[in-house]
Amino acid sequence: MSNTVAVASHPEPDNNYWTAGYGLKSWLLTTDHKRIAILYLIMISVFFVIGGLFAVLIRLELLTPAGDLVSSDTYNKLFTLHGLVMIFFFLIPSIPAVMGNFLIPIMIGARDLAFPRINLLSWYVFAIGGMTTFAVVLFGGVDTGWTFYTPYSSTYSKTAVGLTAIGVFITGFSSILTGLNFVVTIHKMRAPGLTWFRLPLFVWAHYATSLIMLIGTPVVAITILLVFLERVFGVGIFDPALGGDPVLFQHLFWFYSHPAVYIMILPSMGVISEVVACFSRKRIFGYGFVAFSSLAIAVLGFLIWGHHMFTSGQSILAGMVFSILTMLVAIPSAVKVFNWTATMYKGSISFETPMIYVFGFLGLFTVGGLTGLFLGALGLDVHVHDTYFVVAHFHYIMVGGAIMGYLAALHFWWPKITGKLYSEAWAKLSAIIIFIGFNLTFFPQFLVGYLGMPRRYHVYPDEFQIFHILSTAGASILAIGYAFPAFYLIWSLFRGEAAPANPWNAKGLEWTVPSPPPKHNFDTIPVVKEEAYDYSRLEEEVV
Amino acid sequence: MLSNIQILPEVASTMAGKVDALYFFITAVSVFFFLLVMLLVTFFAIKFRRRSKDERPEPIHGSLKLELLWTVIPFILGMAMFGWGAVLYFDMFTPPVEGMNIYVVGKQWMWKIQHPEGNREINELHVPVGTPVKLIMTSEDVIHSFFVPAFRMKMDVLPGRYTTAWFEATKPGKYHLFCAEYCGTKHSQMTGSVYAMEPVDYQDWLERESVATLSMAQAGEQLYNQLGCGTCHAQEAEPRGPSLYGLHGRAVELLTGNAITADDSYIRESILLPAAKLVAGYGPLMPTYKGQVNEEELLRLVAYIKSLNLDTEDSTSESRGGKELKEHRNE
Repeated sequence: MSNTVAVASHPEPDNNYWTAGYGLKSWLLTTDHKRIAILYLIMISVFFVIGGLFAVLIRLELLTPAGDLVSSDTYNKLFTLHGLVMIFFFLIPSIPAVMGNFLIPIMIGARDLAFPRINLLSWYVFAIGGMTTFAVVLFGGVDTGWTFYTPYSSTYSKTAVGLTAIGVFITGFSSILTGLNFVVTIHKMRAPGLTWFRLPLFVWAHYATSLIMLIGTPVVAITILLVFLERVFGVGIFDPALGGDPVLFQHLFWFYSHPAVYIMILPSMGVISEVVACFSRKRIFGYGFVAFSSLAIAVLGFLIWGHHMFTSGQSILAGMVFSILTMLVAIPSAVKVFNWTATMYKGSISFETPMIYVFGFLGLFTVGGLTGLFLGALGLDVHVHDTYFVVAHFHYIMVGGAIMGYLAALHFWWPKITGKLYSEAWAKLSAIIIFIGFNLTFFPQFLVGYLGMPRRYHVYPDEFQIFHILSTAGASILAIGYAFPAFYLIWSLFRGEAAPANPWNAKGLEWTVPSPPPKHNFDTIPVVKEEAYDYSRLEEEVV
Repeated sequence: MLSNIQILPEVASTMAGKVDALYFFITAVSVFFFLLVMLLVTFFAIKFRRRSKDERPEPIHGSLKLELLWTVIPFILGMAMFGWGAVLYFDMFTPPVEGMNIYVVGKQWMWKIQHPEGNREINELHVPVGTPVKLIMTSEDVIHSFFVPAFRMKMDVLPGRYTTAWFEATKPGKYHLFCAEYCGTKHSQMTGSVYAMEPVDYQDWLERESVATLSMAQAGEQLYNQLGCGTCHAQEAEPRGPSLYGLHGRAVELLTGNAITADDSYIRESILLPAAKLVAGYGPLMPTYKGQVNEEELLRLVAYIKSLNLDTEDSTSESRGGKELKEHRNE
């Protein structure tokens, strides 16, 4: 961190949130939002490793066209569990439950979330949902795909669908509780002077995300419950043999699960806004447009579920409505990308690790977003639907976009969260390895997808092999890239230099408190007198 | 080795080239915007790199003009993509009136295909080039999806209803047939081949491979008699049941007062759930045939009921199904 402005370091306070209590009980019964964020961080990291191991096995199997490493049933369970774990237990909670939990109260000048005990409850609910999923693995796994399409899931699958449904159902409540907590906190607990349009865009993004969590999650919970009722009690809802409608399930499922994509990407967009402003020393270009584009995405996101169903037999008219709305939702994302780019114009740009991740995000998210247009265009989607083109597209969004954003956040706020500095050299190296590995893994999948390689295939025709070899090679590089941070970040906890309060010379209330923050964040509640990202007034702020 | 890598699937149907054209258009737009963003980011990163720790750049709040520009341009391009895609979609799911019907039943994990002439195949589909082929599809169990990349066609195959799709092959050859909707253990082995053939070769194939002595409609008639359908559904309407002659494609007035076009799905439903849509003037007398006939047999019954349009030229010879079948018989 040689090229950052040196900031006078606060003396290590005695009562920071790490040292405020010792022993397991002080952690497991904590209502401190910062400690709960750490509990989430530990748990989702474990899930990320597990989900990643499933991915490694999938990629190894696909190295050859024949099914030679695992059986078809095992393969089907691997991609199902990979999807389930990564989506419900890593991506959805990743930035909101860890970074949002830790930062939102500090960013808005509050001492905690509105409902600290509900916050702890949501972690326990999440943990119980997670344990249920572990139990699914012990009971032989589940093979429906994370999408649970009926009547396969409700009638035909012989695996532990019921238990998985319970696990996802429970986990959903953790999301609902977190969303509720954020909405109330952002409405009611902003410091004096912190008007809506002075809020950091990270907070705006989380506000939009929380709305989706609150409105969407109950729908998926009900849907999963209906699958459970049909499977266990034979109530005919989705299976035509019982008088149900299998396509109804798809409508209900995607009504939540398409907005869920925005639960995963919006918080990441919030992170990018914070980081790009800091390392360009500029306020965000078009603050209002970036803020409202988050809300536009949240609202439009609820109206486009049918674009997952262009070949399901829905009417041509329905297809057209969903297609036109899908094209519209692309616009706020494009607006954000242009505004971030414009933020760099005439800035003072430096290249610390979080900013490297922003560059990675801009490249990968742009590819992910643009390839969404291929899928939104009706006649073209018919061909690429359910192929590797879709697999590549959503990995560019959810890994390229969401995880790049998550890693940017982790590296940006790590000194704040832990009070330690990590090695810039190692961190930059791993960011570059991740970027290269990611593209090598997923870019070939666009090509093989357009050639017609269907997703969820255990064996495949020989002519697709070259693309799978490239993809598996990329995945090994990506795995190394993801392993590095685990080492240098943990190493920094023990051997890292102590972090000053504001190592990046960044704006925002979280940088005005010591690193790590004291138990109650602020001794006196701050009064906000300026807009967000007022980097031109930097000196006055430096203590 | 690298020179052998294809990046486009074979172009083997009337739709394939049109879908590729849209693919190239969106690719071109995407590459343009990707490069634009990347070049700007790179340029700004170099030009405006931090040269001194004390730099405090002037704040820029934004620009309404620019915001409008980068909202309106993506909007116009998005609408162009939507319109182009919608036109293709409409063509893909609106089969031409002329052409042949082929009946597809998906089940874990195979494709069972019947030709009107009575030929049956598993995991193979032989079709002539230059003729629109309409697929009438259903599933015996879970959802499958009929996907032929070389034709750029895909349609889900659902249990409990018929879905249709069509294509017209343009180039003889052997092409992949995939199941594109995850359907359980051997989903990735629910594959097969589509053989597009010159019409002469197709006729040869039909005759050479024909093991069935009966056409689909004839097999349906046999089943119709076995099940005793004719007892109530005779040529002339009986008090117990309406006549099925000339039924297919006609508007039927229901007991509820609504009218419905008697298509394949309606006939199938009326065999399995007779009380679901009662014809005006008839009571719920008919028993269900659920469990007595499987999906393939249902398709034969449907084919037979369609063929009844031919025998009543006077009343309903214009119905679509009848015409198609007539053409096949004349071939």
